[in-house]
Amino acid sequence: MKHARIAYSGAIKHATSHNGQLLLDDGRLISQESVIWLPPVTPAIILALGLNYTSHAKELSFQPPKEPLAFSKTPGSLIGHLGQTRRPAGVTHMHYECELAVVIGKTARSVPRQRAHDFIAGYTIANDYAIRDYLENYYRPNLRVKSRDHATPIGPFLVDAADIPDPMNLRLTTTVNGKLTQQGNTKDMVFDIPFLIEHFTSFMTLQPGDLILTGTPEGLVNVNPGDEVITEIESIGRLINTIVEDWT
Amino acid sequence: MHDLPRSVIGIALNFRETVARLAPSFTAPPYQAPPIAPVLYLKTPNTWIKPGDPIPCPAGISHLRMAGTLGIVIASTACRVTPQNAVHHIGAFTIVNDISIPHDSFYRPALRERCSDSFCSIGPPTPLLPTQHDFEIDVLVNNILRSNVRTSSLVRPIPQLISDVSEFLTLHPGDILLIGEPDTSPLCAPGDKVRIEIPGIGHIENKVVAA
Repeated sequence: MKHARIAYSGAIKHATSHNGQLLLDDGRLISQESVIWLPPVTPAIILALGLNYTSHAKELSFQPPKEPLAFSKTPGSLIGHLGQTRRPAGVTHMHYECELAVVIGKTARSVPRQRAHDFIAGYTIANDYAIRDYLENYYRPNLRVKSRDHATPIGPFLVDAADIPDPMNLRLTTTVNGKLTQQGNTKDMVFDIPFLIEHFTSFMTLQPGDLILTGTPEGLVNVNPGDEVITEIESIGRLINTIVEDWT
Repeated sequence: MHDLPRSVIGIALNFRETVARLAPSFTAPPYQAPPIAPVLYLKTPNTWIKPGDPIPCPAGISHLRMAGTLGIVIASTACRVTPQNAVHHIGAFTIVNDISIPHDSFYRPALRERCSDSFCSIGPPTPLLPTQHDFEIDVLVNNILRSNVRTSSLVRPIPQLISDVSEFLTLHPGDILLIGEPDTSPLCAPGDKVRIEIPGIGHIENKVVAA
């Protein structure tokens, strides 16, 4: 099943995907066009991976790391499907990053990789935008690059784990204004999902709704105000975001 | 009643003594240049504990660093505020023990080092004049004074820090912004009792235990 969090007729509601429409918990069927899409989950902890695809590490002239390069971001960085993300005034390079996002399903501490799948509620798509101008070599990638208000689109749906038998073999693509710019496959991750869950929960307790953004493959290009960026993952969905000017 | 934080944000390299000590390395690899923006990290919710709670020292780690620090508790949504207006968003101050596994490199995000379970002890919010920014911070280990600093030696004073963070990351009511780690922050081992005192606010105490 695919779950959405939406704003509809003055309230925030849970809905599920139903033949291209949205089914509300009260039984009403409504069109997808009639809602405002919110992030499908409300995590307290958001972890994200850098350089977790060999191809992307090569693109940025890095050796893949020996242990996961992970950082955290604030809940305020999230924004839903069909949202707008600001490109800061005066920067020269902002790029998208299409990523499979793992949603934790139950309290997870010291989870061995063999049991990792029992702790996954499902999957969604994240676009982990980065402002490359702000990269500095201190806790890189630093918060100013990665934890910006509404600069991490996520959604549209949380797809139940049961519906994705093999999350380690999903095609990822990004298009900018309809032109294909990024493609990859989750099978090329350096550290796979069970490894990441074992690794993080060896020192952190994760709670239901918490997120792990698993990194992005190669194919990153600069995006500008007005660009429509669509990050898509096979069987998970299609996440649309538009870049807007920063007027201040 | 105070709002619970959504985010607790820490800052490295914000005491002048630390920057002076490390400055020669800032122009060498891997850093290449001194930091421009504040060097921030999150203290994720799994790290939050209360005074009196045990601080577990992870297996295989001999010592933990205890950074006694001041927490700025945000009262109203702060988005792109100027340093001049920043003080209007301060609701209270609190005492925080920002715990970490000692690490020398600031190059990569130090998730395990800073965000392991129970690595942030947070005291109760204390309402004070939001313009009062000169505090003394003492760290006592087993009743012996190990660190004594004043918040007047910050690289980024409180109004500038709030302004710089809120430029890209909106601070919400209840969120806590830490002002930095004193260079003299002591190391502690299981069995040690650590007490942070900030005159005018109070004190918090936790004990390090083997995990």
